[in-house]
Amino acid sequence: MILGIDVGGTHTDAVLLERFKVVRKKKVITDPENLLHSLLEVTEKVLGDISPGNLKRVVLSTTMSTNAIVQGRISPVGMILASGPGLPPSLLRINEHSHIVSGYVNHRGEEVAAIDAGEIAHIVRTLRDEGIDHVGIVGKFSTRDPKIELDIERLVRSRFTHVSLGHQMSGNLNFPRRIATTYLNAAIWETYHTFIRSITQFVAQFDAHIPVYILKADGGTIEIGQSTACPVQTILSGPAASIMGILSLVDCVEDAVALDIGGTTTDIAIFAGGVPLLEPLGITIQGHKTLVRGLRTRSIGIGGDSRVACVNGRLSVGPMREGPAASLGGPCPTPTDAMVVLGLASIGNRERAVRAIEDIASALSRPLEETAHLIMEHASREIITHVRAMIEDINNKPVYTVHELLEGAKIEPKAMYVVGGPSGAMAPRLGELFEVPVHIPGDAEVANAIGAALARTTTELTVLADTEKGRLTIVEEGIQQRVERSFTRDDAVTLCREKLRARVLAMGAWEDDIEIEITEDQSFTMVRNSCIAGRNIRIKGQVKPGLIHGARR
Amino acid sequence: MTAKKKTGLIFFPAFDWAISPTHPEREERLLYTQDQVMEEGLFDFDNVIEFKPGLATIRDIDRVHICVPDAQHVITESHLISAGGAITAADKVLTKEVDNAFALVRPPGHHAMKVVHGARGFCNINIEAIMVEYIRTHFGHKRIAIVDTDCHHGDGTQDIFWHDPDTLYISVHQDGRTLYPGSGFPDEFGGPNAYGYTINIPLPPHTSEEGFLYVLDSLILPILADFKPDLIINSAGQDNHYTDPITNMNFTAQGYATLNDRLAPDIAVLEGGYSIESALPYINVGIILAMAGIDYGNVREPDYDPASIRQSAETTRYIRQLSSEIHDLWKSRDEERAKLIENAGYLRRQRSIYYDTDGINEEQAETIRVCSDCGGVFTIDSKADTGRRIFAVIVPGRSCPKCRTKGEQFFETTESGKYDYVYFQDRDKDIFIRK
Ligand SMILES: [Zn+2]
Ligand SMILES: [Zn+2]
Repeated sequence: MILGIDVGGTHTDAVLLERFKVVRKKKVITDPENLLHSLLEVTEKVLGDISPGNLKRVVLSTTMSTNAIVQGRISPVGMILASGPGLPPSLLRINEHSHIVSGYVNHRGEEVAAIDAGEIAHIVRTLRDEGIDHVGIVGKFSTRDPKIELDIERLVRSRFTHVSLGHQMSGNLNFPRRIATTYLNAAIWETYHTFIRSITQFVAQFDAHIPVYILKADGGTIEIGQSTACPVQTILSGPAASIMGILSLVDCVEDAVALDIGGTTTDIAIFAGGVPLLEPLGITIQGHKTLVRGLRTRSIGIGGDSRVACVNGRLSVGPMREGPAASLGGPCPTPTDAMVVLGLASIGNRERAVRAIEDIASALSRPLEETAHLIMEHASREIITHVRAMIEDINNKPVYTVHELLEGAKIEPKAMYVVGGPSGAMAPRLGELFEVPVHIPGDAEVANAIGAALARTTTELTVLADTEKGRLTIVEEGIQQRVERSFTRDDAVTLCREKLRARVLAMGAWEDDIEIEITEDQSFTMVRNSCIAGRNIRIKGQVKPGLIHGARR
Repeated sequence: MTAKKKTGLIFFPAFDWAISPTHPEREERLLYTQDQVMEEGLFDFDNVIEFKPGLATIRDIDRVHICVPDAQHVITESHLISAGGAITAADKVLTKEVDNAFALVRPPGHHAMKVVHGARGFCNINIEAIMVEYIRTHFGHKRIAIVDTDCHHGDGTQDIFWHDPDTLYISVHQDGRTLYPGSGFPDEFGGPNAYGYTINIPLPPHTSEEGFLYVLDSLILPILADFKPDLIINSAGQDNHYTDPITNMNFTAQGYATLNDRLAPDIAVLEGGYSIESALPYINVGIILAMAGIDYGNVREPDYDPASIRQSAETTRYIRQLSSEIHDLWKSRDEERAKLIENAGYLRRQRSIYYDTDGINEEQAETIRVCSDCGGVFTIDSKADTGRRIFAVIVPGRSCPKCRTKGEQFFETTESGKYDYVYFQDRDKDIFIRK
């Protein structure tokens, strides 16, 4: 049996799965002051008389990290940035405790300038005086060679509770994002640790041997002990749970659109051949652009409780939510009220809904029912406009080879999946407008918990080989080794697969779930003085987001 | 530093295209530039927007070039993309989606002349020229200034706009006595109907920031102020850099950024630049920041040492003298033109053109109608040692009725006979015919 728990903002849901099918589900109100209490409560309820010894794994999806950031429950972080030349320091300082220091490597990972130990010592003193316990160290091009970051770490490690290193956040380039990611990681580290410690105690009450996983932003899971090194991976796992939930409830092997229509917003996600798409560089949280691998979603301000208004004869829906639907005593008309008027939903008091929609009807000088239809139509068209824009963005993604530019595959959705409160009322029209079959999966009210329960462990890995310098780097694993001049692209791919497998197993993956995909495959002949000097090989692989073996319908 | 601008970036490094495996124009050329641009996170700035290049069409090429035997035979798909990238940059600027744009694309184009028998100086088709005529066809006739800051004389662009008084072509380059293609002297000053609208500024080897910026401030900017272009285009070659392996200049990333900041081009298009590791990553970051109005003061090469690349006092004196002579020439362009044409009806020039990349020799005779009302109709008789001989009639943009009538007559009355093909290119009506 698998236990999946989703700690959402309002509810905490739990599902118990046997042979990948839901056998029990329970819902409790989330206690934001004590998430652990909610976890305990829902677990006891869903398990009932079932012995915890029957559980093969427990997977959690929690807004803990996200909330810590959004609500500012974070530690102050001292940031030590080895920026080298390029962007001005004023654009790199992420907080008042940021210090730009000397020392940097260039784009090929060659050390151009060393660090200045005296300078670092001075910064350590300053940060200690300011009462800072958490530090982030980030170097430009540290993913090419982390030497500078490691050199600084050696000088500061013993003086602070926690040190986050930029190159351990992601193997991808982008210095400002690396700074933001490292900062957030160090900032939530304390809160996350406390939470994980209590989870571990909580599980120990049942059975210390049940593996516990936590969902990441990319829709993949990681064993909870492993997750503490890089807690930033777990931010924004809420939308990921929802997308993985939809994936687990439908039989999707083609390009498709998934919509989660909530009270305030509608979240759009795209599947390419049944695989949810990732953000190209990383997710954005609270204005911080990060390198955190995350599922690509677009959130638009249209939901069941969006404010409906009529200004100068023009109808508008959203983006604001003033409260619940008028039928439930809310302050203004909403799409939910329109549904109630049309008999598509029975929520709250119909009289109130009618009164609210009548205001709009008289402003538009239209009959009541027609107005309710217009509101639904307006909301549906708006959503579809955003879906199309998102697909266009994906299909217009710049590419860097002649082959991809001329032959590149395009996303062409063949199906649409809709979940959320208003899905029953809105899905048919959305499908019509988008001209694809539309599906409303069953069990959708606990989709997040199911998605978490069935998500497989994911990760990525980057192999860089420079045969001119005779050097190979796998920055995610902290590997730096010599390579022969004869090292080839094929050797790099083989190594990438091997190391990726080891990495994902260490993260808690099950052998059957390791489906490896090479996502970047480049090999350049390096020419110096008109002679071939070596090869610059860049291979990236991933275990892509998906369901654990056997869960696919 | 100017205010923040919305900058379009068309980045197309063509990672799967090379002239040959060890050629400077190979897959690796923009690899480290990509790394630097990505690592600096430039695409994350709200005012820097990346666009995918469109594909130029054969029609876009035929509007500018006379390709022998035809456009399909002298290009690869990669050329359609790099020209398409320049066109995308122009589209985004002219539709005001962005304030300015940089086409960071390859392969380059400024050595491609009007007639194309093959590749010269790594160039098959002239991507800026194709962009310029695209702009005029789709957005109306415009006065356009092209400032070519590639280290090599842009002899192709010069040739294409030689007779066009509405296109001011200014090339700053290493003196042709010391570098390919060996042309680009101040007396190359434009055709009889566009005299003064080609300006060449050959600088001595080892010219550094000081010299380039002096020429910009004291010569180029004043001439641009006189010309009053609707659009300024920068052919942003990056081979003036002190580390470039095939040239001998001492320009820097900081210098390129400053030049771009002061010139404030509407559109920049990458040309040459072959110091792919030590120069291009830093120059391109500098140019992008300067175009977007973001502080570029911290951009420099790892081995930057201004003292070691400073130009000599003699170079400084020489450049001051040269700038002042060229400025005088510009101011007296109308009188000089009158002397040049006297009472001639037609003028003729005879040239030999060498295609170094493809090893082709061409003999060309060009005849232009002297005209004060337009750029003048002209014909080209071109014979290459590929065995092909062609004749082309070109009716210019904003042509006067007389030149138009003459052009149509020339085309009608020219028998194919000794020519493999006879071409008619009418820029006004956007017509291209081959018979
Ligand atoms: Zn050049
Ligand atoms: Zn005329």
